[in-house]
Amino acid sequence: MATEPEAAEPVVPSLVDRYFTRWYKADVKGKPCEDHCILQHSNRICVITLAGSHPVLQSGKTIKSISYQISTNCSRLQNKGAQFLTELAPLCKIYCSDGEEYTISSCVRGRLMEVNENILHKPSILQEKPSTEGYIAVVLPKFEESKSITEGLLTQKQYEEIIVKRINATTATS
Amino acid sequence: MFPLTEENKHVARLLFNTGTCPRCIFRFCGVDFHAPYKLPYEELLNELRKFLKTGKDELILEVPNPPPKKIRLQELEDRNDNMNQNGEGRLSVIEDGSIASKNSNLNVCNVCLGILQEFCEKDFIKKVCQKVEASGFEFTNLVLSVSFPPQLSVREHAAWLLVKQEMGKQSLSLGRNDIVQLKEAYKWITHPLFSEELGVPIDGKSLFEVSVVFAHPETVEDCHFLGTICPDCFKPAKNKQSVFTRMAVMKALNKIKEEDFCKQFPCPPNSPKAVCTVLEIECAHGAVFVAGRYNKYSRNLPQTPWIIDGERKLESSVEELISDHLLTVFKAESFNFSSSGREDVDVRTLGNGRPFAIELVNPHRVHFTSQEIKELQQKINKSSNKIQVRDLQLVTREAIGHMKEGEEEKTKTYSALVWTNKAIQKKDIEFLNDIKDLKIDQKTPLRVLHRRPLAVRTRVIHFMEAHYVDAHHFRLYLKTQAGTYIKEFVHGDFGRTTPNIGSLMNVTADILELDVESVDVDWPPALDD
Repeated sequence: MATEPEAAEPVVPSLVDRYFTRWYKADVKGKPCEDHCILQHSNRICVITLAGSHPVLQSGKTIKSISYQISTNCSRLQNKGAQFLTELAPLCKIYCSDGEEYTISSCVRGRLMEVNENILHKPSILQEKPSTEGYIAVVLPKFEESKSITEGLLTQKQYEEIIVKRINATTATS
Repeated sequence: MFPLTEENKHVARLLFNTGTCPRCIFRFCGVDFHAPYKLPYEELLNELRKFLKTGKDELILEVPNPPPKKIRLQELEDRNDNMNQNGEGRLSVIEDGSIASKNSNLNVCNVCLGILQEFCEKDFIKKVCQKVEASGFEFTNLVLSVSFPPQLSVREHAAWLLVKQEMGKQSLSLGRNDIVQLKEAYKWITHPLFSEELGVPIDGKSLFEVSVVFAHPETVEDCHFLGTICPDCFKPAKNKQSVFTRMAVMKALNKIKEEDFCKQFPCPPNSPKAVCTVLEIECAHGAVFVAGRYNKYSRNLPQTPWIIDGERKLESSVEELISDHLLTVFKAESFNFSSSGREDVDVRTLGNGRPFAIELVNPHRVHFTSQEIKELQQKINKSSNKIQVRDLQLVTREAIGHMKEGEEEKTKTYSALVWTNKAIQKKDIEFLNDIKDLKIDQKTPLRVLHRRPLAVRTRVIHFMEAHYVDAHHFRLYLKTQAGTYIKEFVHGDFGRTTPNIGSLMNVTADILELDVESVDVDWPPALDD
């Protein structure tokens, strides 16, 4: 299973390390291993990304196309009338060449600021750089909720524990 | 020389009998030269009485001695009382409006409510000047701003209608413009008194303003009938302020028909019991501007104070380190700091520095020699090694425009320490030197997206110069258009700035250090040393 390549001894903290806190949601909507990673900036902006354990990021998967589940009225480059999302709101659907479809959810409540059009044009970016260029969307939580939104999410450590549990469970059953 | 002539007599008598003071009588008789107004009140009263006492068929004006019992008089309160609180005089006036005894200069004028009686005379002016001197302002001239209660306009209007009617009997006309304005006459009298007392000229363009505000609580309701008759002249009140502003009252008076006015308001106006009160005497100096250029040598200093939830996150700030000294020396109330753009907390500003301008609000001290400004600059520079200033100088308000121009239009040069994930060689960065006027598209960086609208900005990187450091580092010098986000150009901001150094070199790049090398604005003018 391909996990997010963590530098064993980071010489320099990456851009994400410096400005963001990583939060996770595992098995989103009950679907096994459909893990999301929310990058929370110190200014409370959240970048929705796929966690390394997500099926789409596993070797052998090819993405056929991605489509955003947003009403056509939502103008992506204006703040006026931007959508307010709940945790379960779908952001986009990923269609793979093997017929599998995956829905990516917001995982945090907030205003949808932007969706990443780069992955529409070149879906492979999502797989090559899921934590940066391959992000899904940007969501801005309400000021009052900026701390509470992380209450339902897993820390890096908690996420790693879940991964370990899964591996053990798989090994046990195999 | 007494300015009234025979033809003024009817009007003068009418006004005098109905309780109008000599100076207001002059105004309504069109006396438009200063000298008569400046004579002392007592003298004017006597001269007026003499003037009116002629012939057989006029009213008896002389009050016999002893005064009839009907007249009750009371001296004005001791004028040494605090004028700010209560400048009222207390008087009683007989209902039929006959004049008081010549011992009293105490009828409160039914038109000016005392403004052209005691409030334009030396004693009051002296009181105001004492307050001005006590305020500690440094000034070489001043502008006087006086504010009268709106009901004065109503009374003026009533007196005008009265006089117009009287003159009509003699087939003479009287336009509003034939009457000398109250404020004008007031200034004729008081300006020389202020100048003499404070030793400076009155100048309409002066930055130093002395403002005196009068009120007359007793007659506040005089205006209210206008609100009923001309409601559209009065806008809803904001902040508990009265709807009856001077402007609104004037507008209504221009609109209202004469007959309607006379039905609602007595012509002549009745005599009040008290003179105006002095609501406030304030001094203020217009803002002065100081400009210069600053260098920033700390990677831990914000431009403005960084305070979250009342807690200061980082010690001090660029603006405080510069402005605090200016606040003290100029004895100003507050400051507004602006600069030609700004840098992040962790970015140094080298080279000639970044232009800034500071507006000092209500400064008490404003005159400085260039030597004194130089010393002030040295003082600022000695007090901190985090910032240094140069070219410190006094400038005009136009300074702020230069700041904005510099921020939006002028180029800047930077030096960045770049890290790459892949190992590089010298030849891998040489191509950067050949790129000229590179256009980049920058979406609003994630780090400011919480407070700026999402947009795409096209910017130009004019040229670059790359200096190899080691396998994972190089120094990049670049000259860019104003408003370019340098950090995002280096690390790409999740692919939202394109192209970026990473995409140009096909690596993952990050920025470790950033310095501003120059801000290409040739303002403020460079000073020697």
